[in-house]
Amino acid sequence: MLTQMESVQPAEGVFAATWLLILLPLVGAAVLLLGGRRLDRIAPVFGTVMPALSFGYAVVLFAAMVGRGADERAVSVPLWDWFAVGGYEVSVGLLLDQLSMAFVLLITGVGSVIHLYSIGYMAEDDRQGRFFGYLNLFVAAMLLLVLADDFLILYVGWEGVGLASYLLIGFWQHKNSAAVAAKKAFVANRVGDAGMSLAIMSMFVVFGTTAFAGVFPAAAEASEGWLIAIGLFLLLGACGKSAQFPLQSWLLDAMEGPTPVSALIHAATMVTAGVYLIVRAAEIYNLAPAARTAVVIVGTITLLMGAIIGTAKDDIKKALAGSTMSQIGYMMLAAGLGPAGYAFAIFHLLTHGFFKANLFLGAGSVMHGMNDEVDMRRYGALRTVMPVTFITFAAGYLAIIGVPPFAGFFSKDRIIEAAFGEHFMYGLAALIGAGITAFYMTRVMLMTFAGRKRWADDAHPHESPPVMTIPLWILGGLSVVGGLGLLYLGGGIVDWLEPVTGEEHHELAIPAAALTAIIIAVVAAGIAIAWLIFGRQPVPTTAPAGSFVTVAARKDLYGDAINEAVLMRPGQYLTRSLVYVENKGLDGAVGGTAAAFGGLSARMRRIQTGFVRSYALSMLAGAAVVVVAMLLVRLP
Amino acid sequence: MIADVLAQAVESTGGGTGEAVLFWILAPVSVLSALGLVISRRAVNGALFLALVMISLAVFFIALEAPFLGVVQIVVYTGAIMMLFLFVIMLVGVDASDSRVETIRGQRVAAILAGLGLGVLLVAVVSRAVFSDWVGLAGAAPEGSVPAIADAIFSRYVWAFEIVAATLITAALGAMVLTHQERLTRRPGQRELAEQRFASGSGVAASQLPSPGVYARHNAVDTPALLPDGTTSDESVPTSLVARGAVRPSDEFTKHEPGELEGDQQ
Amino acid sequence: MSPTAYLVLASLLFAIGGVGVLVRRNALIAFMSIELMLNACNLAFVTFARMHGNIDGQIIAFFVMVIAAAEVVVGLAIIVTIFRTRRSASVDDESLLKL
Repeated sequence: MLTQMESVQPAEGVFAATWLLILLPLVGAAVLLLGGRRLDRIAPVFGTVMPALSFGYAVVLFAAMVGRGADERAVSVPLWDWFAVGGYEVSVGLLLDQLSMAFVLLITGVGSVIHLYSIGYMAEDDRQGRFFGYLNLFVAAMLLLVLADDFLILYVGWEGVGLASYLLIGFWQHKNSAAVAAKKAFVANRVGDAGMSLAIMSMFVVFGTTAFAGVFPAAAEASEGWLIAIGLFLLLGACGKSAQFPLQSWLLDAMEGPTPVSALIHAATMVTAGVYLIVRAAEIYNLAPAARTAVVIVGTITLLMGAIIGTAKDDIKKALAGSTMSQIGYMMLAAGLGPAGYAFAIFHLLTHGFFKANLFLGAGSVMHGMNDEVDMRRYGALRTVMPVTFITFAAGYLAIIGVPPFAGFFSKDRIIEAAFGEHFMYGLAALIGAGITAFYMTRVMLMTFAGRKRWADDAHPHESPPVMTIPLWILGGLSVVGGLGLLYLGGGIVDWLEPVTGEEHHELAIPAAALTAIIIAVVAAGIAIAWLIFGRQPVPTTAPAGSFVTVAARKDLYGDAINEAVLMRPGQYLTRSLVYVENKGLDGAVGGTAAAFGGLSARMRRIQTGFVRSYALSMLAGAAVVVVAMLLVRLP
Repeated sequence: MIADVLAQAVESTGGGTGEAVLFWILAPVSVLSALGLVISRRAVNGALFLALVMISLAVFFIALEAPFLGVVQIVVYTGAIMMLFLFVIMLVGVDASDSRVETIRGQRVAAILAGLGLGVLLVAVVSRAVFSDWVGLAGAAPEGSVPAIADAIFSRYVWAFEIVAATLITAALGAMVLTHQERLTRRPGQRELAEQRFASGSGVAASQLPSPGVYARHNAVDTPALLPDGTTSDESVPTSLVARGAVRPSDEFTKHEPGELEGDQQ
Repeated sequence: MSPTAYLVLASLLFAIGGVGVLVRRNALIAFMSIELMLNACNLAFVTFARMHGNIDGQIIAFFVMVIAAAEVVVGLAIIVTIFRTRRSASVDDESLLKL
């Protein structure tokens, strides 16, 4: 059994300052957040430079890593001892291995591109200092998450990205819907965080430590029951962060945030942290097949759910959010397949980062040109007015539906193969999901860029400024070549990750080429159906009633309704009844005691009549009592 | 002298029948007088009852071989203290009397019960207790009670004696301080008094009041004098008599012509 | 005459004086009832002095008399002062210390 930590090298040379990767955006965040309004003018550029510097350093580290042999690529960078309580010691350190290197490049690279885009997108906002500060904070926290070498430090980054997500979703504070959405995201994440906490606590109980170097080598000796429990807890955490079933309700509402936020956090990076967690904890999942099965099932359900929801949304960002949910379902499905699928999950994660960020930025460009209109029923025929956006969006579209040779084809194809290798049903579900993905993405393309104009009267669609189109070109290019590049350059991603994730290969019933042909056929069918419905007939500007499936999909498959009925209402009743008990019971007891004493003293008060003679009476009575007492003492 | 005689009389009988007779006559008297004090409506009557109790107690003291104390009881207690009481009663108003109605609810019943209870308790205890018979003060006071008391006061109890003396002086001073009324306005002089008198308007005040007996037709205290216009002068009769309604009407004197009354000579 | 009789008499006078303080509203009569109680105590002291053959009982009774005198002086002065302002000698008038 392969253990990740076998070949960790000490940090030397270029790697000694790995912590700079995190420090640069963190300094950027601190400066921008503490500097306040004064820095608003330089904030956009300053905020973009910091992650870009991180990216530059990451490229240097990557080059150095590539230069080493496959067994010497993992680097450990210890920083300082945090605390030691009882038998539990935690020291802060970084682990830069192949897996985290891939993530670092994705986060800093795509992140810097999105920062550049934001300079243009948020140009008219008057709180840009805050915005870029929060974005930098997010980048720093996400880097800490993927570079940590201890689950507790990972949790610090985990919470950090949750915080940044909350701050950024609710960035436009004046909008009540944004504040509510931010709260919902945070609460749903919290449920996941509870799972994460339980996982960390279980690790402490079973292994006595939460450091990777302590947990993974010792995983083989732990009981399977505990390993399954830890695996399930980690899965719960991952569900919260990656918006998987049953914690998926917050992702669509999170689209209230500015589009760069949706692109960076809720498409490319934060929502993939769950997948990272599961792949990182491969040692544990390898030894707990039951937990793996749970991961696969969650992934399958979510990929179908996200796809169905995405088909019925008229809001372009929500449609893309449903798509994100579905694609992450693919990644979870692959991650749950064990060593056969870990590398493909990461591969798909990287390509998804490219094309999904591309799609979101493209959507933002469309919105920017259409006065922030998000209803696709008010778009139409934009390809002539916004050609650059159209071309780059098309690149992302072809990537996501898996048309060769675009990026998504390679990653998704591999995942579907691996799913079929595991079990026929998983493969079938993934295949159907691919078909639905093609359907709804084609719908988005047709409603937005093709057909007739359905614009509002005051819409003047125009192309976006270069500061926004350059990132679109970059990401569009990556959507085109990224798959091929990752698969075949320098040994390919699977070999790159192999020391970390292991590799397995399941034999398929049919040859791989035949499966690929079937996949392409299903995708083509999806495109055709969408063309028939949305391409040939004009799109109505108001949403038609639709079948009950459509209605269900519009309501997020009743996810919110179920949450409310199962969790919120009982919680409210419980709170209300407790408040009632407290008011009547506890307050009543306390107040009642006070009132009783008050009443008692009001009665007793009447003894104080003010008349000397009544006092004299009590004195006489008292004297008689004293005499009696004295006699009682002496008489016997 | 008398005290010594009495004491010797008591000793000669050895505390026997003479003392018993004395006791059984005076004890009911004192108890009834005490009840009278508590029950009497007028303060004056109560004071007199108390004086009676004190005198009977003085007699008891003498019978109990404490002649000095008996005399002091009469001189100090009955003589000085009761006189003080009577003076104050005079100041407050001789005829001021309480109504019988009790204002505090349940006070009377509770008081009688408490007093009864206390009394019964003490009497029961005392009667159950076994007392040794009289030892008598022949041993402690061989030369009579006065030298013995003097000896004790000025040797063993001299400290208490000095303090009590200081207390007495302080009490006297305190009484003077309490009742002293500071004159807040200037004493009106003769001119001011005369102006006040004339300012009141009636001609009566213009001159001095007639000396007693000027308008008197009779030399009895309760007969009012007649003013020049024939009306009676209320100022010629003591106010207490007026309050009591014991003033004799002067009709019988005004109706007659001079010379018609018996014993009235031209 | 046994000492018991004198002591019973003293107890009776004491109880009657106590009742008098409680029942009468006139300040002077209440005060006189207190004097009655003091006298009853004096009687008891003198009885015990003769009973034990100890002159100390009479000494104490003597001192009680002196203190009673002082007390009467001050008490009557107070009553006179109150009467001057309130024109009433009722004990119930001073009832401001009630709740």
